[in-house]
Amino acid sequence: MIVIIDYEAGNLSSVKRAVRKSGFDCKITMDKDEVLRAEKIIFPGVGAAGKAMENLKRLGLDWAMKEAFVSGTPILGICLGAQIIFEKSEENRSRCLGFIEGEVKRFPPGLYSKDGQHLKVPHMGWNRVAFRRSHPIQEGIRPGDEFYFVHSYYPVPASHDVILGETDYGITFPSVIECNNLIAVQFHLEKSGRAGLRIFQNFCQWKSSHA
Amino acid sequence: MLSKRIIPCLDVKNGRTTKGIKFRNNLDVGDPVEMGKYYYQEGADEIVFYDITASNERRGIIIDIVQRVAEQIFIPFSVGGGIRTLADMRDVLLAGAEKVSINSAAVRNPRIIAEGAEAFGSQCIVLGIDAKRVEESKEIPSGYEIFIDGGRLPTGIDARKWAKEAEGLGAGEICLNSIDMDGTKSGYDVKLTRLISENVNIPIIASGGAGKIDHIYEALTAGKADAALVASIVHYSIYSIKEIKEELDERGVKVRLQW
Repeated sequence: MIVIIDYEAGNLSSVKRAVRKSGFDCKITMDKDEVLRAEKIIFPGVGAAGKAMENLKRLGLDWAMKEAFVSGTPILGICLGAQIIFEKSEENRSRCLGFIEGEVKRFPPGLYSKDGQHLKVPHMGWNRVAFRRSHPIQEGIRPGDEFYFVHSYYPVPASHDVILGETDYGITFPSVIECNNLIAVQFHLEKSGRAGLRIFQNFCQWKSSHA
Repeated sequence: MLSKRIIPCLDVKNGRTTKGIKFRNNLDVGDPVEMGKYYYQEGADEIVFYDITASNERRGIIIDIVQRVAEQIFIPFSVGGGIRTLADMRDVLLAGAEKVSINSAAVRNPRIIAEGAEAFGSQCIVLGIDAKRVEESKEIPSGYEIFIDGGRLPTGIDARKWAKEAEGLGAGEICLNSIDMDGTKSGYDVKLTRLISENVNIPIIASGGAGKIDHIYEALTAGKADAALVASIVHYSIYSIKEIKEELDERGVKVRLQW
């Protein structure tokens, strides 16, 4: 079963609808045993990192996620789920799951676009992703496709090797992370139209060689 | 780089879209779900449903629409009109909307902005502002006054001051409607959008007055708006969203061209 992890970090029904629209069945769960048995894991989330980590620990899901990650279960992190997989976050100065070395930083003030416009934080709206190499997750994604972002923090991995895609918002930041059986995207796949649904489909079909 | 958003707005009354909306295609133009789907497929970056139903049954009707829309479209959509309480917000968000828009209720009780942001996140809370040009005064130094209850009731509150206060309370975005320009098709109030956009650090959606693509261009460039709300210009097929975006792109405005 493909499971969507519910740790009380936002409404997950839109994620579930999008996965179903892309042709796959899935289930929302906060049960750690279901997470351990899952065929694939979708790890979404909106809200603050501190509260999210608290909830994961309380539900025993931090440990279940770690087990799933090391045992090779394919995992798809979305938005906050793409942040708390790192070691720590500037948001609430939280210690996070630590699947990948690196931290999560806030966009600095005083960002400007190339044409001199002041850039607001959060980074909210549609933006592009430049993929650094090919991966089954980006099958059918065209170079000009855009994705819907809403975030004030972004991941900074210790190693550049895990950066699969990057996005420009005054600075170039990692927006797609890849590490073995884990894929994480900073944007909201469930709100990114055709391109988002296609990535859900690709993930659901993905045969990770790390299992 | 971030794209400027084009956002069609659908007025919904008693579960049906209002205005004689004309389409090139043969489709049920009265059904908000069909209309939402149509604009989704046409390349809208987001959709606003504005409920103008006055009856007591409104809540059930709009929730049913939101649920059905959420099954069909996979871009953000927001719901406004008659949202007064945290419970109203929760119902709409749980039904599948990405954002809620609050206007008069927030002026009467600004705490609702903070409570909504705390409960659901700032990204969910859009503050609707209806502003009207007035003479600059000590009370209204910006020369724009806030009106509520569909633009009928003046409040004596300065638009710039209110926008900054709402941002401080946790509003994630401002949908800024010019009462003077609304329905005129003679252009957005570029001075107003620029004034508010330069004074807050949250996105501004320009609303009211679009009649041609040049108006949208002006709002997104000189007006410094992050997004433009469109109604008649697309409802009457004066232009398609694609045509609007292609012209903006030719003129150097970054927009989303693939969907």
